[in-house]
Amino acid sequence: MTRQFKWDSGIGLLGLLLLFAGSYIGLFVAPAERYMGEVQRIMYVHVPSAWNAMLCYTLAFIFAIVSLWTHRPKWDAMTTAAVEMGIVLNALLLVQGSIWARATWGVWWDWDVRLTTSLILVLLFAGVLTLRSFVLDTGRRATWTAIATIVAFVDVPLVYFCVRWWRSLHQVQSTPDTVAPMMVVPLRINAFAILFIAIWMMAQRTRLELERRRQDEVAQPERLAPMGGSTHE
Amino acid sequence: MSKERNRRRILAVAAIMVAAGVLAFLAFGGIGENLVYYWSPSELESSGDKAIGATIRLGGLVEPGSIQHSEDGLTLRFAVTDGEASVPITTKSVPPAMFREGVGVVVEGSVNRAGEFETQRLLVKHDNQYQAPGEGEDLDMAEMMQSMQFEADQKAKEQENVE
Repeated sequence: MTRQFKWDSGIGLLGLLLLFAGSYIGLFVAPAERYMGEVQRIMYVHVPSAWNAMLCYTLAFIFAIVSLWTHRPKWDAMTTAAVEMGIVLNALLLVQGSIWARATWGVWWDWDVRLTTSLILVLLFAGVLTLRSFVLDTGRRATWTAIATIVAFVDVPLVYFCVRWWRSLHQVQSTPDTVAPMMVVPLRINAFAILFIAIWMMAQRTRLELERRRQDEVAQPERLAPMGGSTHE
Repeated sequence: MSKERNRRRILAVAAIMVAAGVLAFLAFGGIGENLVYYWSPSELESSGDKAIGATIRLGGLVEPGSIQHSEDGLTLRFAVTDGEASVPITTKSVPPAMFREGVGVVVEGSVNRAGEFETQRLLVKHDNQYQAPGEGEDLDMAEMMQSMQFEADQKAKEQENVE
């Protein structure tokens, strides 16, 4: 493969620059929170991680439907890329949240509905990848990945709405009205920064997945034969 | 090949329907009634003697003027209120730095025979307000009470009554 500048590298670079700018404003320009103090600054990565994790899972859900519908390898690769990116951001989200929780709530973890559904979310999608790795036939692998992704997605709206539906330790969503203007700025910049980095990584991961699929098909030609028509001894 | 494609499309529709069904059940199936993360002081009070000895979570605001430290500094006493009822709390645990008058708290423990709620796990509940120092530091109990989401439950109950 020749090394050339791909469209997504530009987006990734922009994302990194924005992340630097947003984090700088968040750490040095925005005010410390009146009660929480400096530790509140973890919000500038925690909330963008949450938004983008939900976005990646939503993309995975849409890609999975298209993948089942069309059965084109491209959509299967994109589904996997979005699931993986969602898992990375979801894991980051839990770690950042835990650190913030210790400083404000006083505990690292609690079985509150928001925390529990977020933990279930990362486990569900890790399960999707596990299931995927069990299936060797590329066509069936795509089908099972898509179905598992669609079912796992149930938890995404639950994570979002649970704090509104039920009492929880985690607070409900903030709005620009409940956040000081100088805190909204780095929050928004970092949200776009992580979005661009996520797009970059998903694009890279999609290409890698398509390449892997080609290699799998070369390595296991007998699995491409129609079902029941195998001449394998 | 089109048969295989149809099978996949049926699978797609089935998977989406299963997902939507589970979500609808969780949202509208009344599961929230059994999923109470914490009790309000009123709910605890109305349960009477049943609550004595059972491990429960209680949520509410720290009543202004109720915080007392014992002379040896080991015991902390305060009251948790929802505006209607108030429950006296006693704890030997160190409160989080965010602990203060009027803040939302969730305490895990049980009511003793003296009617005091004993806890070793005291959590501070933050609301969704993020402000710079000096802004809105006057204590607004009505606004803080919103963070306890008692009214979210109230709405659900009212809805059920209508149904």
